Amino acid sequence: MGSHSSSAHGENYINCEKGLWSWLTTIDHKRIGIMYMIAVMFFFFVGGVMALLLRLELFAPNATAGVGQVLKNGDAYNQVLTYHGAIMVFMVIVPGIPAILGNFFLPIHLGAKDMAFPKINLLSWYVFMAGALLAVATFFLSKIDTGWTFYTPYSIRTGTSVVVMVVAAFIMGMSSILTGLNMIVTVHKLRAPGMTMHRMPLFVWAMYSTAILQLLATPVLGITLMLLAAEKIFGVGIFDPALGGDPVLFQHFFWFYSHPAVYIMILPAMGVISEIITAFSRKVIFGYTAIAYSSLGIAAVSFFVWGHHMFVSGQSELAGIMFSFITMLVGVPTAIKMFNWVATIYKGSVSFDSPMLFALGFLFLFAIGGVTGIMLATLPIDVHFHDTYFVVAHFHYVMVGGTLMALMGGFYYWFPKMFGKNFNEALARLSFVFIFIGFNVTFFPQFILGAMGMPRRYFDYIPNYEQLNKVSTVGSWLILIGFLIGLYAIVQGIRKGSKAVANPWGAKTLEWQTASPPPQFNFDVEPVVTAGPYEYR
Amino acid sequence: MSTDNVTHPHAAHVSHHFNDATQEYDSGKQGIWLFMVTEILMFGALLIGYGIFHHLYPAMFSEGAKQLDWKLGFVNTLVLIFSSFTMAISIQLIQRNQIKKAAMALAITILCGAVFMVIKYFEWTHKFHLGFYPGRFLDLAKTGAEHANLGMYFGFYFCMSGLHGLHVLIGMGLITWLLIRTIRGEFHSQYWIPVEGVGIFWHIVDLIWIFLFPLLYLVG
Repeated sequence: MGSHSSSAHGENYINCEKGLWSWLTTIDHKRIGIMYMIAVMFFFFVGGVMALLLRLELFAPNATAGVGQVLKNGDAYNQVLTYHGAIMVFMVIVPGIPAILGNFFLPIHLGAKDMAFPKINLLSWYVFMAGALLAVATFFLSKIDTGWTFYTPYSIRTGTSVVVMVVAAFIMGMSSILTGLNMIVTVHKLRAPGMTMHRMPLFVWAMYSTAILQLLATPVLGITLMLLAAEKIFGVGIFDPALGGDPVLFQHFFWFYSHPAVYIMILPAMGVISEIITAFSRKVIFGYTAIAYSSLGIAAVSFFVWGHHMFVSGQSELAGIMFSFITMLVGVPTAIKMFNWVATIYKGSVSFDSPMLFALGFLFLFAIGGVTGIMLATLPIDVHFHDTYFVVAHFHYVMVGGTLMALMGGFYYWFPKMFGKNFNEALARLSFVFIFIGFNVTFFPQFILGAMGMPRRYFDYIPNYEQLNKVSTVGSWLILIGFLIGLYAIVQGIRKGSKAVANPWGAKTLEWQTASPPPQFNFDVEPVVTAGPYEYR
Repeated sequence: MSTDNVTHPHAAHVSHHFNDATQEYDSGKQGIWLFMVTEILMFGALLIGYGIFHHLYPAMFSEGAKQLDWKLGFVNTLVLIFSSFTMAISIQLIQRNQIKKAAMALAITILCGAVFMVIKYFEWTHKFHLGFYPGRFLDLAKTGAEHANLGMYFGFYFCMSGLHGLHVLIGMGLITWLLIRTIRGEFHSQYWIPVEGVGIFWHIVDLIWIFLFPLLYLVG
């Protein structure tokens, strides 16, 4: 335990410099993490409101007066759908855990004073905000309706602000690359004395694998989006079949990034879960190296599976079979993680505080998301389920049930450290109950709807689907209530929470060895690491 | 944060979060190399697209390549290779504290970049003059193109050489920044991380051109 000389005077990263300007020009990774948190929470709110609108529209068939016609027509529905997807993917789930929790805790986990490139870290926040605001601006220019995937040839023919939107996505990709690059160098070069690679917390391993993906996948998306912009402006003909181009090539390029991007979304969540489960089971994590290297394994395999998005695109059958097989292969490292987490809980002294509840919620929901993922990886089943609500339910279980549960859990877990305050535990648990139940009520019926044949992206449906859609929409209101309670718990905790101790959960990783909130340079004395991260018993 | 403490050149440039100059140097170098990986991947995807369509439409690509003046491209290749040489020399000179000569080498590098861009400018404007615009703007009647989708070749040509040219311009800007800092005496035998970083960027930009030149001008 480091001596708390500066923290004894109550000086920490929050109050060491005052004023809005000191935040906007800060190069402290912790403050940058908080700035990302505010931005991402705002975009999550916007994307969430759009999700509620979509569900409200689907509450009843359009023939029903009133609720069935919230969005006047299919165009409006497509636009809201596109912005919901694009905002949630590019501005919430992809940057979420890496930019907020990763920024804040990766250097502290390593015993470093800051990220390797603090100024680039700040730059990446500004780049992200510029891209995000540009993307939001298209909403007021001419709303795009392509879906977040910008599939050609439709995206070439529809409204012109597709160009602005893809430039915005390109800019946000730059930010993602800069963050990833920063993290890799930090892990390689800034570890404290004694912090070997195999003593790093598993959260760091997950962030490291994510950063590799960000670095290797994002440039390909960047050039793809630039080519799409060139296609729209100059009519080059690369993706336009009317000019001799190949629209499926766009899908190949797009998913070469965007499938690894799915793991950019989920790997950090797995890191958070590893931390929470070991801390709240009071047990050394089971299979440390297996969990660490399975992150790298998932990252590696993720580059060879993009074709499963294109089973019905007209690619060769052999390609379909290969992609089907390799996709199932991702299940192996993922299952390694799942079993290790369960083995960690087994015979542990489990305490069910709110972070652990979210972690257990993650295990439950991610298991469903993962198993349905294997179903969709199976070529013939995917041909049947393609572009139905089964797919919608699957990726919401993985991304929301996985990433968002982990983000909330990680947020409550590290809240006392980040703000030096305690939150209201009862409210946090209540928030979990609403989100967990609401989530299942919303998305489980969509598996059934999908199996019944309800197509995705449609703004109307036949009466057969009405009952399950009603249930699903009611579920979305429960999720809303859950997040509002959670938001209240967070705001109230920041404003009025009692003072937190340095290590409220009795956890072992480095961040708990410094004051809450941490001093400006993380540690008063540089820590020397002498043992692994989870020395519980 | 760095302070301008002249008496301790070592300590002067080590940022607050590094323990020593070696750690800072290694981090910077790894960072720039990782960034170069992303540059190569970005151009790599373009090259793959080029390869696919070259395979699909060999005659059309051959017609397009014949419109380019390989002599100008070759001169540009030599110019860039020479500029890589002067860039490397400048780092050597700074390491030996020969600051004036290093500044000269950097200035020559910028000059080479400028020569490259001027030649590129004449190539592009000449193409425009003849009606060779990218994509749908290609003037079929004026150019007398045999292949209706020759615009695709010129789409690739202008995208690839344009993106590369943009990198040359960015590189020239960065080297100008280095030149100013060198003249101010900020680099010396103990500290040259930014020079080496920009140098690596410049070499990679050259290397990419060495791939683009045969693909665009010579193949077919």
